[in-house]
Amino acid sequence: MTQRINRRRFNQALAAAGAATAFHPFGIVRAQGARLKVGVLLPRSGVQAGIGQDCHRVVQITGGLLSELGLPGLDIMNGDTESNVDVARSRAERLISEGAQLLVGAFDSGQTTAIAQVAEQRGIPLVINIAAAPPITEQGYKFVFRNFATAPMILGDAFANQLEVFSLTGVAPKTAVFMHVNDTFGVAMQKGFTGVMSKFTMPYKVAQTIAYDPAARDLSVEVAKARASGAEALIMVSRLNDAILITRELVKQRWSPTAVLSMGPGWYEDQYLKTLGKLGDGPISFVPWYDPNKKLAKQLEAAHAKAFPGINLNTNHIYTFEALLVAADAYKRAGSADPKALADAIRATDIKDNVSTGPGIQFNAKGQNDKLKNSAIQNRGGKLVVVAPKGASNAKPELPMKAYDKR
Amino acid sequence: MPIEIYLNVAASGLLTGLVYGLMALGLSVIFGVVRVVNFAHGEMMTLAMYLTLVLFSALKLDPLVLLVPIAAVMFAFGYLLQLGLINPFINRPEHSQFMLLVALALILVNVQLIVFGPDAQGIRTAYSFDSFQLGPLIVDASKVYAAGAALVVAAALFAFFRFTLLGKAIRACADNYDGALVVGLNVKRLYALTFGIGAACVGAAGAMLMAVIDVTPEIGPAYTLLAFVIVITGGLGSMPGALLGGLLIGLTEALGGVLFTPSAKSMFAFGLLVLVLLFRPQGILGKKASG
Repeated sequence: MTQRINRRRFNQALAAAGAATAFHPFGIVRAQGARLKVGVLLPRSGVQAGIGQDCHRVVQITGGLLSELGLPGLDIMNGDTESNVDVARSRAERLISEGAQLLVGAFDSGQTTAIAQVAEQRGIPLVINIAAAPPITEQGYKFVFRNFATAPMILGDAFANQLEVFSLTGVAPKTAVFMHVNDTFGVAMQKGFTGVMSKFTMPYKVAQTIAYDPAARDLSVEVAKARASGAEALIMVSRLNDAILITRELVKQRWSPTAVLSMGPGWYEDQYLKTLGKLGDGPISFVPWYDPNKKLAKQLEAAHAKAFPGINLNTNHIYTFEALLVAADAYKRAGSADPKALADAIRATDIKDNVSTGPGIQFNAKGQNDKLKNSAIQNRGGKLVVVAPKGASNAKPELPMKAYDKR
Repeated sequence: MPIEIYLNVAASGLLTGLVYGLMALGLSVIFGVVRVVNFAHGEMMTLAMYLTLVLFSALKLDPLVLLVPIAAVMFAFGYLLQLGLINPFINRPEHSQFMLLVALALILVNVQLIVFGPDAQGIRTAYSFDSFQLGPLIVDASKVYAAGAALVVAAALFAFFRFTLLGKAIRACADNYDGALVVGLNVKRLYALTFGIGAACVGAAGAMLMAVIDVTPEIGPAYTLLAFVIVITGGLGSMPGALLGGLLIGLTEALGGVLFTPSAKSMFAFGLLVLVLLFRPQGILGKKASG
């Protein structure tokens, strides 16, 4: 029997629809195909511009990959922190005012801390792509999530991976000289190194620690002093330009350490490999990296290589991509752009098919992915191979490093 | 620490010091004659380094070959700068000269930032990674060539001031300004020539330094300061003093870094400066002020 629609029925239906809309907390209903507005905060200018722009590369190709994974699209709103903490704070405020429903960023720990404060105050989720300072996820924040290793995690894995490398190659240096850039980053890493090393039984003793001026353009004295220590291995915390300068000095002063072990940036970067050619082969860097055996990692690598030929996939790309992956995945499960619903969904994230090394992406009660693992990568033939941990590697490590005068 | 480490570091410091000395020589020449303290000295050197970078990229010529045209370009730059901009300030209060040249320095740094960006840039020559071994001594080939070229340029400069009529005329201006006017010397032109020669020195030093280190706009101010430290140590207005000052500062920084801590290398150079100011304020080879 057909039901006739009379005026009473029509008004009742209309009232019901209006009530449904009114009782929804924010009146937001995700319409079919609506995109999440994601504010991506990076240092696109200032001293860290190169890194920020490098992170942004992967932002440009993430949309296609998310679509392949059946995840919703993201509306990216770009913000420039200008490598400055105060600007980072104000940009975060601005993006939220302009409608950003979730924030991603910001590479630098200082800037990220400022953005985290804004995100928490405004109740907008922040998914940190890269920032290693431990305190960020120790504030009891409910809207801040970090899918990146803290400095102690990076250092701990570095020692574990070193032991694995020494075991696989049968070569273990007995002495090492630790050289670090004399700024906040370098000094923090040096303190962390000393603190975490005591928890491992390493085969080497640190014969000398040498700090060098970050503004120095000539590191011949530093390398001479390192060579004079008689150490077999060189452990480095440096930046890109310093890595190039130090390698030049190693060659000129005819010192080929058994191993160059880097705990920071520089030694694996494209510019280092391109500038030094075969002289850049050999150093092992202990860094947050991707698992080359994971399916999504291969997809990302292929998409990245197609979009940016000649540029190796690196930490900046991997973790920025994963931050956006977390955002899209949470949005899909939340079914809503409501900030609290998003935050709850992020907290319940369980992505096993990811890119970075480790069992996947999950967050603990503090919003930290504490299960992340870090890798050891080695320069080989102008490319980077993953040599540890064993389950996430695609090559065997080579030690001792080939002497510079034999290349 | 083995003795050869100290020898190697000392050799490296002396070689670098010779190039620094040539840079400071330009400052000394300018002050000695024109009585203008060039607060844009280091920035002019980075300008020369960038010129070297551009020409090397375009022509693939060794920086030691490019030294001649770079010096010529910087000579023209210095000559026109003196004639057009600095000359009106010669008789003005010293703070006016200071502000003018500091402003020029800021302009140069920011133009370099805009044009070349903030990243360090270098050149790779055939000998960039070479070194010479003489027994226990290992010496950087780039520094040996740069230091050799610095000695040749310095020798040419000394010869110019000592044996040529033009050089003698410039020295006459420095020794007795009024007397130079009286005998009919074109002092304005000679001042411009002198500034050009000083700029040519810094241009040559820049070309040589490009073979040894990378360039960024921000190293300009650091080298201006270094040039001052060197000429004050050696004696303001004394050409041999500038070279000696360069050698001493290069050696002090190198040995201080290896004996104590490399991150505080510059501290030793300033320490030497303080000692000189305390015990010989006119500089090691400078002349005491009369009266």
